[in-house]
Amino acid sequence: MNEKTKKPDLKFKIVDIIYIVMMILPLLCGILLKILTTPESTEAVSITGARIFWEIELSSTRFFNIIISEAQINSVLVLITIAFVFLYLTHGLKERIELKRQHLAEIIIEKVDSLVGENMGDRFGGFQPFIIAIMALSAFSSLITLIGLYPPTSDMNVVGGWAILVFFIITYYKLKCGPVYYLQGFTKPVFILAPINFISEFATPVSMAFRHYGNVMSGSVIAVLVSYFLALGSRFLFGWFTELPLLQVGLPAILSVYFDIFSGCLQAFIFAMLTMLNISGAFDTEEYDRRKKKKLEQKKLKNINGGI
Amino acid sequence: MELALGIILGCCALGAGIAMIAGIGPGIGEGNAVASACEAIGRQPESKGSVTTTMIMGCAIAETTGLYALVIAILLIFVAPGMFVNALVSAADKGLFNLVG
Repeated sequence: MNEKTKKPDLKFKIVDIIYIVMMILPLLCGILLKILTTPESTEAVSITGARIFWEIELSSTRFFNIIISEAQINSVLVLITIAFVFLYLTHGLKERIELKRQHLAEIIIEKVDSLVGENMGDRFGGFQPFIIAIMALSAFSSLITLIGLYPPTSDMNVVGGWAILVFFIITYYKLKCGPVYYLQGFTKPVFILAPINFISEFATPVSMAFRHYGNVMSGSVIAVLVSYFLALGSRFLFGWFTELPLLQVGLPAILSVYFDIFSGCLQAFIFAMLTMLNISGAFDTEEYDRRKKKKLEQKKLKNINGGI
Repeated sequence: MELALGIILGCCALGAGIAMIAGIGPGIGEGNAVASACEAIGRQPESKGSVTTTMIMGCAIAETTGLYALVIAILLIFVAPGMFVNALVSAADKGLFNLVG
């Protein structure tokens, strides 16, 4: 194209601004909700789970009730934010790069492409969107603590939901070679091991969920404990001087760099890696090829017979 | 009643402490993994990227047993006492045992 790069027109800019506003709006809503619903507490620090906003009673036992909690609402807010972040990044894609954000989008896509290609092989080419979605959701959910919101990943229910989703995909790929072959897989290598294999089938999602939940949860518990002891220490050291907990200024932020930023991103990476490895390990390529070949031959035979 | 409450709370705390003994295993395991990874990088510095990725994956999987113990300990500290105390109170309401003191 010979024409010079002209300035983006007004419509383009307005759409951009809408995207940016929609990125920030859910997080502001989360902060507002937190401010409005947090009860006043006299304790300096407290460890609580996700706050429950409302509860639909279905039976007398609490187990079957439908619960809308802080973690679920925060995860939906994170979903909206991520959707608009990616809409913003991919807005105005051109063959000749004009905007800086297109470089960033291309870097992300290329990295995930190479990661998925390395770990899953060519057959699972369509899995990049799923992997990038899981990675972004997990990472942003953990990073949401930086603005003071309750991280959805430190609630067992949210992470458990993701793990169950992955479990369904694994089972789907195992069933691709036929239900008989799937059931036979339990009796390998020896028939006696069938119960153990059956348990280990369900251990995969449980361990994935516990790993992610435990890491984020332990980080927040340790952060709260450290800030509590810093408050005690500052009362002991500067109690004669001022009531303010001076030691709490800045020191917990060092822990936060590890527990919130590093650990959150690492867990997102590990969750995505395990998803990829489990899914690609569940699919028996050779058996699938063999079955496909057999079916094709049968079809050919049928066609020949029908033709005659 | 006070004795029963004391036994419940104390045993929950003790159980949580004992459960976290499982933290020893992942510590040793991850230490071994990182030591081997360092050796491998020392021998072949050009394979640093793939060795690091594999090591982090291995560490994450080795950590799982420790995290099981952590989850059990957290349940014992934050969830179990309330459950047991509720059960105790409801049992006392039904008059299943005599309240002494």
